[in-house]
Amino acid sequence: MAEQTTLCMVEAINLALHRAMADDPDVVVLGEDVGPNGGVFRATVGLHERFGFRRVMDTPLAETLITGITVGMAAQGLKPVAEIQFMGFIYAGMEHLISHASRLRSRTRGRLSCPMVLRTPHGGGIHAPEHHGESTEAMLAHVPGLRVVVPSSPRRAYGLLLAAIADPDPVIFLEPSRLYRSVRQVVEDDGQALPLDTCFTLREGRDLSLVSWGAALKETLEAAGRLAEQGIDCEVIDVATLKPLDTATILASVSKTGRCVIVHEAARSYGPGAEIAALLQEQLFHALHTPVQRVTGFDCVIPYARQEMAYLPDVESICQAAYRTMQGEP
Amino acid sequence: MPLSVRIPFTRYLDDHGQPLDELPGWVDDPELLLELYRQMNLVRVFDQKCIALQRTGQIGTYASTLGQEAIGTALGRAMTAEDVLIPYYRDTAVQLQRGVAMQDILLYWGGDERGSAWSASTAAEDFPICVPIATQACHACGVASAFRIRQQPRVAVTTCGDGATSKGDFLESLNLAGVWQLPLVFVVNNNQWAISVPRSLQSAAPTLAHKALAAGIPGEQVDGNDVLAVYDCISAAIERARSGKGPTLVECVTYRLGDHTTSDDASRYRSADELSEAWKHEPIGRLQRFLHQQGLWDERREQDLQQQLTERINAAVEQFRAVPEADAAAAFDHLYAQLPECYRDQRDELVARAATLGGTDHG
Repeated sequence: MAEQTTLCMVEAINLALHRAMADDPDVVVLGEDVGPNGGVFRATVGLHERFGFRRVMDTPLAETLITGITVGMAAQGLKPVAEIQFMGFIYAGMEHLISHASRLRSRTRGRLSCPMVLRTPHGGGIHAPEHHGESTEAMLAHVPGLRVVVPSSPRRAYGLLLAAIADPDPVIFLEPSRLYRSVRQVVEDDGQALPLDTCFTLREGRDLSLVSWGAALKETLEAAGRLAEQGIDCEVIDVATLKPLDTATILASVSKTGRCVIVHEAARSYGPGAEIAALLQEQLFHALHTPVQRVTGFDCVIPYARQEMAYLPDVESICQAAYRTMQGEP
Repeated sequence: MPLSVRIPFTRYLDDHGQPLDELPGWVDDPELLLELYRQMNLVRVFDQKCIALQRTGQIGTYASTLGQEAIGTALGRAMTAEDVLIPYYRDTAVQLQRGVAMQDILLYWGGDERGSAWSASTAAEDFPICVPIATQACHACGVASAFRIRQQPRVAVTTCGDGATSKGDFLESLNLAGVWQLPLVFVVNNNQWAISVPRSLQSAAPTLAHKALAAGIPGEQVDGNDVLAVYDCISAAIERARSGKGPTLVECVTYRLGDHTTSDDASRYRSADELSEAWKHEPIGRLQRFLHQQGLWDERREQDLQQQLTERINAAVEQFRAVPEADAAAAFDHLYAQLPECYRDQRDELVARAATLGGTDHG
């Protein structure tokens, strides 16, 4: 019988890293403070002691370099898992993600490839300093050739990270820092990957599809519970992989309900919600009973810690959007 | 002043092909000398052909290696097949020496991704040409790290121009190579010009090799127009790296005799006098004069060589012209290992759009 342990998300990530490194000698971990310190969020605790300095590498403090060497290692057939300490620091590595990681396979017509994972904390709500609460997944999801994955629970973090590491192409793994320690769940260390490019239906319902990912699913699920008490039966979809998008699951859900509210922390304009809304109007225009609604962060710089909760989608805003959708008001 | 730290500079032959010092032992091997000479000539004639093909609309923009043939030729010859090249975009000479076929190089510059999908087993893990400046230096660190992790006796070699040494990627890479003592050689083709910006506006460092010092790694300069010096220094750097003694930065001092690319007109920003002065130092004539003095070369052999090269290059151009148009679907088929379901429709749409356009006008 498999061992059963209750873990928070950061512990589940740590467990997946241990598992992947034990199962495959090509898996290596690198980043700032990932060695003896175990990472600033402790996601890499114990790896250095167990797997040694050759496979668990503290790098100089240089994000461009970290991203670039990860590309080089992956081209050699290693499976490097790099950590960028916060999403706000990922931009220094963007050139390597956009111009190299995402297209090494394409531009060599498959002669070389880039099986790398770049992990980084994602999203706000932990009262961290500025540049530590970013939700800029749309920038990455716009890039052909990348995968962008956001887990929303300890179990999905374990299974999706294993899948990301095993994947033959580059995966950006965005870890909602608000969920790192706030939820505990039984996570079996069974080595089982969850499917990438697949949405998870967290709750089935007839009336309205709520589509979200990452930390915002906490409020989305809570809103679904409150709406159920008021007789509104919501289906809740965890997108999980933002790119490539599992359009089939989203379309099937909204075909059934005819109504959709998209919830994300990212700024509204050009956010992933715009893509999903466009998909729905292109493919399901006649099945939609009412206009698609978005509950999102705002088109302003995310406020510092004291005001940041006002920026993040809350349960009340999601419920209000649901009522408007049910009533057919834009 | 710490800037007075002396950077070694190596040159064996003067402009007239006269030895300036005792030559290294390997120079006694006439076959190697002749091989380097023939190869540099191949690079130059092929380079001229590429420019001609661009001027007649048969390939796209091309970055000439004119005047810099010694660097890539010597570098490619100093590497083994197991080593990995992580090049930039002025590396026709190294690619040819590594075994990449001329028709593949033409395909690349002709606007076809298949040009980087070469089958040459001697360059199987080499990176494709890198256009974004200096980013390749970081990839080279990753490749060298992989060798270190797997404890393989292999060496990564990366190249860049003088302008690239101003970028963070280059400096971050030097820094890491020093900290991790990577089996890596940085080769800088200092051809004095980054498009229109001269070396003097790139850096106040007395030499570009000085940049290695802050990273704690050896930096040296070599006369990039003296193939003997380049081969000697880079071979030594590669062997140091292979034997676990860490990275080296080799700055090859040369001159870009051509335009930046076929899209550039260097007469807008540099004088004809400077150019004609630079021609006096070019590398092929220098080695030819040395070979003449050694009794290894004469006019007849030169004529034979030029004829052989022209025939070989023309045959490669014919092969390039005969390559059938690529399948438009390849853009999606090589995007991921397996095409995600959500892109099937787009793939079909692209194929349909391509079908309505017909081929390109290359060839």
